[in-house]
Parts: sequence; structure tokens; C-alpha cells
Amino acid sequence: MAESEVPLPVPDERSKPFFEGAKRHELVLQKCKSCGAVLWPVKFRCDSCLNTELEWAKVSGKGKLYTFAIMHQVFHPGFADKVPYNIAVVELDEGLRVTTNVVGCSNSELRADMPLEVTFEDLSEKVTIPKFKPAE
Amino acid sequence: MSLRGKYAIAGLGVTQMGRIYGRNSVDFAAEAVKLAIEDAGLKKEELDGLLVNSGVSPGLSLNLQNALGLHDLKLLNHMNAAGSTAGQMVQFASMAIDAGIVNVVACVYADAPLAPAKTSGEAFASRPLRPGMSGLFSTYGVFGPNTGYALACQRHMLKYGTTSRQLGAIAVAERAWAVMNPMAQMRTPITIEDHQNSRYVVQPLHLLDCCLVSNGGIAVVVMSAERARALRQPPVYILGMGQGHPGFSNRSGLNPETRTGAVIAKDAAFKMAGVTLADIDIREIYDCYTYTVLVTLEDYGFCEKGEGGAFVEDGKLSPDGSFPTNTGGGQLSSYYMWGMTPLSEAVIQARGQAGGRQVPKHGLVLVTGNGGILEYHSCLILGTHPS
Repeated sequence: MAESEVPLPVPDERSKPFFEGAKRHELVLQKCKSCGAVLWPVKFRCDSCLNTELEWAKVSGKGKLYTFAIMHQVFHPGFADKVPYNIAVVELDEGLRVTTNVVGCSNSELRADMPLEVTFEDLSEKVTIPKFKPAE
Repeated sequence: MSLRGKYAIAGLGVTQMGRIYGRNSVDFAAEAVKLAIEDAGLKKEELDGLLVNSGVSPGLSLNLQNALGLHDLKLLNHMNAAGSTAGQMVQFASMAIDAGIVNVVACVYADAPLAPAKTSGEAFASRPLRPGMSGLFSTYGVFGPNTGYALACQRHMLKYGTTSRQLGAIAVAERAWAVMNPMAQMRTPITIEDHQNSRYVVQPLHLLDCCLVSNGGIAVVVMSAERARALRQPPVYILGMGQGHPGFSNRSGLNPETRTGAVIAKDAAFKMAGVTLADIDIREIYDCYTYTVLVTLEDYGFCEKGEGGAFVEDGKLSPDGSFPTNTGGGQLSSYYMWGMTPLSEAVIQARGQAGGRQVPKHGLVLVTGNGGILEYHSCLILGTHPS
């Protein structure tokens, strides 16, 4: 990976279903078989009921903007031509908040509670990641 | 039986602060302890307990015992609850003394993350390559603690209408205090406009919303109040203590961005001290960011939840104001020593040794520590009298 590129996640055994889902452009997250809680990021044990019986399930990919920040400082050379860029926390309809970026609108258009839906960016042959865009 | 007033801070050691090079965190920690026992008028051999808190630079741990040539200690630990540790060390020291297992405990924090060619931001923004889904954070461009606080602050703004200018009032007030603090790293007065014009680090946080980064060390000596009265310095009595650790959750319905552990810690601390919020003369509030001060003041109940912006915007936290807070300039303008910054200034003020910035009424000081993204919190109520 060149220094000037955005660092890519390296899928591992535990997170494989998430990245395979993303590859298919599906948001697939862990769900607790015992209490139904949706988990993010990947967990060994449900942090709600402490059960270890988890399954992977496709989620709606719909939610709303909970909070956001606009990064102006370049902490990694891969972001030198991307600042200012947004970092967003999206509250999914499943009752869980995930950290992501919002694409498809300018930073100045970000509003509290704006409806968002998942979209996917193919970053390499191996890695696709979910981001969010204003819901249609 | 309550610990109220039974134990006291008898010594304070503060090293040089800021871009001080040629010394590592162990060197700073050892110097801080040496200064603290000299300040108290104690001999090294009288220390029988040592609690150590290291920052982000490597090296400082239980090895401090040997660096100080301390033998046969009865209490020793390397503690880490981030910015809430300093307050916690004082609490655990008091409890250990009360349990009868140790008598005189030095509590020390030191760090040396700054190097000549490194910016303050670089010193704290590690970017480890994490496997699996955790690696996503770097791909999304999330680096360092700034982002977490920016997201939390923005949430407060979206929910309650808090403005950047209101945060600026906190930065301006703290700088005005720092101007009068010879130990402070930043001593040029600033205005709200300076705050507004300072570059964004992570919007909504301007540069002047963010703490400094410092090399240095601070130590305090905790011991029985009765013995402390016979020593060199006026004892600063430990009257109340509490902790509150909300943790972080990404579940809907919880509000970790706008609620600190103060809501949990305060009840125990004020009950032990037997005082009310209105009795507090000075507040030393953990200020990694301006926003941390605002949300902490709300959670202690100095104003209603969501009204922190309106509460601070008239400048009441400044030396000219009615509500002396972070009277040394805090971590925004004096020095960044995690929980030791508020604690050290509290000791200086309670003793009446703050010189030109001394607050006339300094009988009761509230000291808070905070760590993580508002995940960990410690509270101390210190006073000039044992009850």
C-alpha cells in the first residue's frame, strides 16, 4: 500500500461475513440469537446479554444522522487530498449507532436526524466498505 | 466511618512543563516525587506507598520505585483510568491508609510525548493498523481522541443548540487565568474572535478548543491529616470523593456523548463531604476540550442539562467573573498533565498560594477527572478545613 493511499481494513476470520456481505453490497451485521441485539463492530460475545451465540444477518441499512464531525487535520497521508471530510455516526433503524462517512451530499448539507441509507465503495479487489448517503 | 477530613494532601511537586527535552517520563516522575516530598518537608524514607500513572509515552511503570531508590514499600501500583486516574490515586491512597496498610503515599503522573520535531497532534494520534472491522475506523478517517470529542460536542450542539462561541467563552476565560499563572505554557490573552479564527482541528472543535500537550510530571503526597498538620505546608483536606464510569455504548437511547460520569460520582462525593454545590468556592474541571468543561458543569448541576452554553457565555468562568473555574488556565492553557492539572491547581488555590490569581474565597474546591470519550470520571472535594 502506498503511503498516499487511505489505509484499508484487513478482513480477518471473525469479520469475514461482514466484508463478504459488503462485497455483495449488503450490510451484514452480527445479531445475538438470544436477545436479538444487533452488534457493531464484530464481537465474540453479545454486550447486551453476554451470550456467545451470534449469527450474521442482513440489516435494513436505513437510519438517521446522529452526529458528525468534519476532519480538517491530515493525520494520515492518504487523507491529504480529502480534507475537510466528514465522519458520521448513523443511528440504524435496528437501534444501533455506527461510525461511517456520509457521501452524496456536501458537508454543509449534513443535518441532525437526516434520513440516510447504506451505499458501498469498492476500495480494492478484496475490500468493499459501507458508507451512507441521503435516503432517496 | 467517613473518611471526611481524615486524610490530606501534604505535598505537591510540579516539574517544568511543556517542550522540555532530554528527560523521559521516569525522569519527570522521579523529579515530581522529589519535589513533592521536599514541599511537604518529608524525607524519602518516610514514603511507604507509591501510585504511578503514566501517559502515552512508554517507560514509566513500577520501575519508578527503583528510580527513586524506595525500598520495602507497603503499597505500589501502576494505575490507569485515563484522565480520571489522578483523582482515583488520591482516593485509593486515602482508603489504603485508612485500612492501615500504608502511611504516606506519593501519587504521581508524568509523560514525555513531545519530541523536538513532533507536533502536539502527532504526539497523541496513534494510528495502529487494526485487523478486521476495527480497521474500518482508519479507513473512515477517524484518528486520535479529537474525533470522539468532536462527535460528542456536535451531538450537544445538535440537541441543545450549543454554539462554538459559547465554547469560546470557556477558552477565553481559562486563558485569562493562565496569563496570571507563571507555570502556564500559554500566557497571551485571547478573545472570542481569536477562538473563532483559530483553525479547525475537527469541526466543531477549533484549535483553541483543544488541550495542550506537555512533557512534565506532577506528584502529590497523601497522608493522615493529623500528621500533615505538623509539616511544612497547610494541609489540603480530602473531604469527599466519588467515581462514575458510564462507559461507552452505541445503543440507541443512551447518550454517552452528552452525559458524563459526574452524574454518578457527585452523590457519593458531596454526601461524604457534607456540603452542597452552592458551598463550592472554586471548580477545577477536567478540560481536555472546552466541551468537557461545559458538559461536566451541567452534570454537576451548576446549570440544567443542555444549558451549559448559555451558562458560560457571559464569561462567568473568567477571573472577572462570579464563578472561578480552572483558575490556573487548565489543560487548555497551562499544562496538560491529565487529572493532575486540575488537582495541582486545586492544591495551590486551597493553600492560598496562587499569587496574582488567588481566589479570595478558597475554602472548598471541586476537582474532577475525566477519561476516554467521557467514559471515566473521578471527583474530589478538597478543603482548607477538616470539616
